[in-house]
Amino acid sequence: MEYSLQTPLTTAALAPLKAGDTVLLSGVVYTARDAAHARMAALLDEGKPLPFALAGAAIYYVGPTPERPGCAIGAAGPTTAGRMDSFTPRLLGLGLAAMIGKGKRSDAVKAAVVQNGAVYLGAIGGAGALMAGSVKSCEIVAWPDLGCEAVRKLVVENMPLTVLLDAHGGDLYAAGPAAYLQSLQKAAK
Amino acid sequence: MSERRKLTAAQITDAVEELCIRANTQLPADVQAALDAAQAAEPWPLAKNTLGLLQKNLCIATEKELPICQDTGMACVFVALGQQVTLEGDLYAAINEGVRRGYQKGYLRKSITADPLQRENTGDNTPAFITLHLVPGDSCTITVAPKGAGSENMSRLAMLKPADGVAGVKAFVLDTVAQAGANPCPPVILGVGIGGSFDQCAALAKKALLRPLDVPNPDPYYAALEGELLAAINATGFGPQGFGGATTCLGVAIEKLPTHVACLPVAVNMSCHVTRRATARL
Repeated sequence: MEYSLQTPLTTAALAPLKAGDTVLLSGVVYTARDAAHARMAALLDEGKPLPFALAGAAIYYVGPTPERPGCAIGAAGPTTAGRMDSFTPRLLGLGLAAMIGKGKRSDAVKAAVVQNGAVYLGAIGGAGALMAGSVKSCEIVAWPDLGCEAVRKLVVENMPLTVLLDAHGGDLYAAGPAAYLQSLQKAAK
Repeated sequence: MSERRKLTAAQITDAVEELCIRANTQLPADVQAALDAAQAAEPWPLAKNTLGLLQKNLCIATEKELPICQDTGMACVFVALGQQVTLEGDLYAAINEGVRRGYQKGYLRKSITADPLQRENTGDNTPAFITLHLVPGDSCTITVAPKGAGSENMSRLAMLKPADGVAGVKAFVLDTVAQAGANPCPPVILGVGIGGSFDQCAALAKKALLRPLDVPNPDPYYAALEGELLAAINATGFGPQGFGGATTCLGVAIEKLPTHVACLPVAVNMSCHVTRRATARL
């Protein structure tokens, strides 16, 4: 199935999604990766507000290349999401609705996705030039000292994504290869 | 005795600058050919579609002068320096200046931290990660192979027992691919080092990634092992991006060295479908 979704995301809008579905995401997406997650955790520890509201938000794990003059962004494909796993259940508990990245997540993240009715979406890894095409604007909203790791507010239009973990425990990394291998067995019979 | 040939630091810097930009925006022909062949042969619709998106990404990168991948990597620079070359200036400084200029001019990402624990970005993607070899002759061949961290982080080395033999090596390579999952952006390309010392083995694995995918190991024993590992990895069904399919790996290159009677080191340098390298000869 293919779904067009608009941020902010509600659990009701995410509920129908199943691992393997395609999502065309539009609206605001915030970038954050290793260093920004560490700083967000420190702010939460101190009881201070984050650079953006988490409720219904989507975080894209990305560190883009510098934009050329006249371009919204440089190459902007996903980074490995697993490096953010230790921070993620807490953010999901505070209302984070969607994460965009690549690669497998921990069991704790999978459980928190289900518990909070969230979703983990895959962007095509290594396709930085392609992914940049759906980004209409880009603005640094926190920690410019982090360079490519600074928190950016992206406005995206029909960003092509694949559901990796859904709110019902579905996991494309398990189901996708299994379905392919099963098709080979059927063909052999 | 043959005459010595002069090369200047400026020549080295100019070459490295150009190679950094070229490597990050144009995939080597052999990698592109392997991707095209895999896309044509892929039987699983989602996988075929995903490989098609990777092809489209390459076209967009060329059209829009964008890096193929946002992780423009650590600048791994391999220099084969002819013994009859006299260098005017500091080779290492010249290479770093080329990286500094290339990453600035090419709008490439600066991904290097000055210190592994204190994590301050150097701001210009230096230092380069330089491997220098002295070779016969009067030319200097430079290859820039930017290496992304998504795949680098999934690389592993093991000091196996000699009794583990080739079966142990195969099991380690396959386990490394399985543990990596989708993190290294499959379809992957594997550089495998076997033998040498602990440190040489890791360097061999990286060196193996420089060999074009259509060139097998010259030793038929190792060429067969490359083919066997490639088939075994593709039989896992992980597929492009780990979404399932026949194309998990585009190529396996093995390099080997003599080793100690008590040792069997094996290293896997994991690389992605954007395995980049550009070469210039001065």
